[in-house]
Amino acid sequence: MAHYNLATPVSEEAIRKLRINDTVTLQNTLFGIRDATQIQMFDHDRKTRFDLNGHAVIHTAPNVRKVAVSKEFPAGYEPICVGTTTSDRMERFTHPLMTQNGVRMIVGKGGMREGSAQAFKDLGGVYLAIIGGTAALETTWIEQIEDVDMDDLNPESLWRFKIKDFGPLLVAMDSHGGSIYQEVKSDVALKKEAVLKSLGITS
Amino acid sequence: MQLQMNLVEEACKELYIRALKVLPDDIKAGINRLDKSETDKRAQVVLKTMITNISVAEREDNLLCQDTGLPIYNVKIGGNVQFDGMALMAAIRKGCERATKEYPLRSSVVHPITRKNNHTSCGIDMPAIHIDFFGDTESVEIEMVPKGSGSENNSFLKMAIPADGINGIKAFVIESVVSAGGKTCPPTIVGVGIGGTSDQCVAMAKRAATRELGSVCSDEEGAKLEKELSAAVNQLGIGPQGLGGDGTSFAVQVELAHTHITMNPVAVNMQCHSARRARATFTPSGVTYGF
Repeated sequence: MAHYNLATPVSEEAIRKLRINDTVTLQNTLFGIRDATQIQMFDHDRKTRFDLNGHAVIHTAPNVRKVAVSKEFPAGYEPICVGTTTSDRMERFTHPLMTQNGVRMIVGKGGMREGSAQAFKDLGGVYLAIIGGTAALETTWIEQIEDVDMDDLNPESLWRFKIKDFGPLLVAMDSHGGSIYQEVKSDVALKKEAVLKSLGITS
Repeated sequence: MQLQMNLVEEACKELYIRALKVLPDDIKAGINRLDKSETDKRAQVVLKTMITNISVAEREDNLLCQDTGLPIYNVKIGGNVQFDGMALMAAIRKGCERATKEYPLRSSVVHPITRKNNHTSCGIDMPAIHIDFFGDTESVEIEMVPKGSGSENNSFLKMAIPADGINGIKAFVIESVVSAGGKTCPPTIVGVGIGGTSDQCVAMAKRAATRELGSVCSDEEGAKLEKELSAAVNQLGIGPQGLGGDGTSFAVQVELAHTHITMNPVAVNMQCHSARRARATFTPSGVTYGF
């Protein structure tokens, strides 16, 4: 269980070093992405002007305040509360996000499924678990909203956050086929049988 | 008492913001209780991060979670209160909209087909407003619940049949919790509705999921089931955030209603660990806030 301090963008080599149960703190840049953003990108072939190669995306739609553009608020947005949404809904977008945009890290909550695990293994990616519902804490790791694309989808725009010491995040799915969620799922399936039995239920 | 609609509007704005920022004491105690009894190392870290987040939100005067949810207002009106029903509905909507625009909060509300967001947290039949009546008092209570989508997306209804028995109900609750896994942001409150019509059953599950922790079902059989299922779900190993551990749920809470001789409906609705709610009480001497 090692800890890594990773400045984005990262190489495939750096990603391949990560194993489940390691922890990661991210520096530099993080992109916010969500359901509507990815539906536009991959179902309606809409291109972003951002270069996501080697970068990390977080499943989010933040609370923001519209303000005048300034050095402090270059995109005209002040972050109020930036948190993380359930990743599972965006399962089918992991593969295109990696092949078409070169994304290497997905920050999310609740985990993703077999298709994502396969994409991480084949293409060199990881899923970094953040603690869902801890947005007040996460917001303290965001320095600024640097830029925003596809803002007609607000709040599900494609956000570019400047970050500092974003983490620790847990490597919950790695590029070697490891997945804490899969391990827990197998364990829960066994325990479920015992629980049902204890309730007097036989299938 | 004449219910003043300008006060209702102001309170409904205030309640939305308050609910998003400060967790009720019973929920805080619930997280602390799970943290103390947790045996899994990874789960201990997860629970401690949740506890840290609660204090960061209070210190920074920020929202606990970015999900402003679907706004729900539960209104209970005492017998000795005069009010204009249409004006009451309008005042609640206006308060909800003002919280969203003035704070500003993320509007999480879209049209279900066009997916268009008006950025007001309001729309057709939204916020959800439930009005009920109680007692012979000169008081009104408005409870505000911002219901996050992570937990709401894992809502289940089964029109079980009498032959499925109580075991069918228990098995359905367990299956629902397993299928939700980490998606609901556990530890959760598992709300279970039993009986009634299909729509009543789902509404009861929601009421159960948003009830105060430590409260007990008013029906003896329901209370027994709460105890049994509360112990059972924490044997599943799903754990906080679905990353494994003991603390899958704070509690299983049950609400029930009599049902048809041929029916045995059961619904499950869950509330995430950020089990937010806020309450305003209106009396002739003014408005007070709590949980």
